[in-house]
Amino acid sequence: MSAAPARSPALPRVALAGNPNTGKTSLFNRLTGSNARVGNYPGVTVEREIGRWALDVGPVEVMDVPGAYSLASRSAEEQVAMRAIFGLDGEVRPSAVIVVIDATQLVRNLYFALQLIEAGVPIVLALNLMDIARAQGQAPDPVRVSDALGVPVVGVSANTGEGLPALAAAVSRVLATPDEGRARPMWRYPHALEKDLGRLSTLVTSTDGSADRPREARALAIWALLSVEDGDELIDVPGAVRQEVATLRAAATAQGRDLDAEIIGARYQWLDGLGLARSPDSTVSFTDKVDRWLLHPVFGLAAFLLVMGVLFQALFAWSDPFIGLIESGFSWLGESTRAVVPPGLVADFLVDGLINGFGSVLVFLPQILMLFAMLGFLEDSGYMARVAYLVDRGMKAVGLHGRAFVPMLSGYACAVPAIMATRTLERRRDRLLTMMVVPLMSCSARLPVYTLIIASLFPVNGRFLWVFPVQGAMMVFMYVFSTLMALIAAAVLGKTLLRGPKVPLLLELPPYRLPSWSSVFRQMWLRARMFVTEAGTVILGCTVVLWVLLSFPKETLKDYDALRAGASDEVVATLDAEEDGELLRNSYGGRLGQAIEPLIAPLGFDWKIGVGLVGAFAAREVFVSTMGVVYGIGSDTDEQSLPLRDRIRAERHPDGSAIYTPLTGLSLMVFFALSAQCMSTLAVVKRESRSWRWPMFLFAYMTVLAWVASFVVYQGGRALGLG
Amino acid sequence: MSTTLAHLPLGRPARIESVAGERAFRRRLLELGFLPGVEVTLVGVAPLGDPLEIEVRGCRFSLRKAEAEVIAVEDASTVMAAK
Repeated sequence: MSAAPARSPALPRVALAGNPNTGKTSLFNRLTGSNARVGNYPGVTVEREIGRWALDVGPVEVMDVPGAYSLASRSAEEQVAMRAIFGLDGEVRPSAVIVVIDATQLVRNLYFALQLIEAGVPIVLALNLMDIARAQGQAPDPVRVSDALGVPVVGVSANTGEGLPALAAAVSRVLATPDEGRARPMWRYPHALEKDLGRLSTLVTSTDGSADRPREARALAIWALLSVEDGDELIDVPGAVRQEVATLRAAATAQGRDLDAEIIGARYQWLDGLGLARSPDSTVSFTDKVDRWLLHPVFGLAAFLLVMGVLFQALFAWSDPFIGLIESGFSWLGESTRAVVPPGLVADFLVDGLINGFGSVLVFLPQILMLFAMLGFLEDSGYMARVAYLVDRGMKAVGLHGRAFVPMLSGYACAVPAIMATRTLERRRDRLLTMMVVPLMSCSARLPVYTLIIASLFPVNGRFLWVFPVQGAMMVFMYVFSTLMALIAAAVLGKTLLRGPKVPLLLELPPYRLPSWSSVFRQMWLRARMFVTEAGTVILGCTVVLWVLLSFPKETLKDYDALRAGASDEVVATLDAEEDGELLRNSYGGRLGQAIEPLIAPLGFDWKIGVGLVGAFAAREVFVSTMGVVYGIGSDTDEQSLPLRDRIRAERHPDGSAIYTPLTGLSLMVFFALSAQCMSTLAVVKRESRSWRWPMFLFAYMTVLAWVASFVVYQGGRALGLG
Repeated sequence: MSTTLAHLPLGRPARIESVAGERAFRRRLLELGFLPGVEVTLVGVAPLGDPLEIEVRGCRFSLRKAEAEVIAVEDASTVMAAK
């Protein structure tokens, strides 16, 4: 990313680690301001932010480590925190680690810190959310915590900025004298466990060469004993260590020992013995009072529907004026360009290729910004965890995580922001599964296609089951159909291609907190920037390629210039539209549409519809205007265009039979509902999955699904005599 | 009386006796402080009947019913009533 500051490897690196929901990200923003760059942890699709923090002793790099309750892990994704802190990922080893602690959940948060003390990593504890802890009468005394643990402790509040200078001073001291951030672990493990650890750390030392860091080797031994098991998904664990862990665990089990409970129990026993935790003043907290309503069987569901309704309204309706503004801005830009640049290839490329391409990218921004504003609010307030809690029962049935609800719902508006929203899911498997089914939700770009087909081919006054207007019933059917298909696809993919180890739900319901607006704005800005620079580039490229496909070679049989000479304005307009139609039909894209006719004929489509399908790859609603051009009506058509509807009804096969029957219409709508006719969706899946494999799979499976479903509809309908 | 977390009456604290279950899940529970002797409360049930809302050490967590079965608890109030 060109906007990010240049990388300076010489700067010391400070890692920012801790439990989830501790305000770690807010603290990161406070320390680094807006200069963070977003990258990836090596080898995994876990995002990493690095920013610069100006200390008195000079600038340092701050790296945001993913939130974790423990270093122990079972997958490469969970392993990221541990590898980043120990510098095992081939990256810079942090010179110091700030452990961010939720001051209202002291003991559980200190459990994480103990593991770093054990490893001899220089740390500073930042007791965050001190303002809230104080208001609840449970603020811990940093001096007491520091005396008990033997490492520097600073009380801070990322929201108010309290304690940040003291934090800077403490980190500076530890950077200068790392031993100040180290302490002797005072908790004791059972004798037999110490013997096991001795054997394992010798082995670790011999395999990774950490001979000069005996405490780190011991910490890695403890980590391996807790984490390694048959079928884990950990990376870079030496075979010898694996084998030794298996031997030691088997021996312990034979002796009736429980290694996990021995290690974890010893740490907690020591922590609990310190007596640092203070209970809040009141037993019924603010969160309890709110949850009494928000998790209520009736009012809770009502509130949930209301919140989701607002989210949907924002995506669907509130973003609309901004989308319109961007569209008219770019069409103004196009017209102005045509006014200056002489007509011809250069003008066409500038307007239909480049300007149109930039427009196709930026037009997504209103929805992306709206969705990330809502997501930021939901996450930071603590309500997102409640969403997962409320919908878990239903989502579990199709193998989706509760947090996938918001991306799925957003899919009704547009798959592009919805796929970006899958980052609210922690596990890669959950994210991929959601990404693979979100594009099946009926997005707003399909609406003009449905409208055109329904209005052209289904009777205005028709009734379904004697009561329901046929046109409305068809529309409802398409939405129900697409939702069902998405849920079925989730269930099938989750049990086949994206089958993963069954992970039990263990969801923290954090206390409600006021979202930090600066964090929310920062996320909106980051996501928008990332979309434009990464997915946007692909979309722009595809737009230009599509423009070439649909514009060249410029061949017509008739000499339109000669025909236009001296003709009346009306005739010229007709000729223009006719010429555009012939140019399109003779273009590479037009020929592609004709070439695929044998493939799509069994679905009831002729080659002209094939050309429309090629054009719709830019965005589904483009199908409508492409059909306008194909039929020689002009490109200014929309789904309300009466000439286009008349033309659709009048289209005939060479044998004189109507091309568009209600059955063809249904087949075409089913095809649009299920196919991946959207380059922007594929581009954003590429960006979020960090590989071309997943967008290619998405395109392949949706196209096959669409073809088979349309085939069944069309041929089945004909067999029943409906054609 | 010994029972499991899934069968506790709402809002009545009980002491954890033991934690069983699949290893990685059990380890995560222990690491979150679900240790024998610690007090745990079933705070609520989601509107659709599952999952559960649990309080331990002043933190709220959500577990599914089937998975809360692995946490054996001593229902203190029942013990007192029996005596």
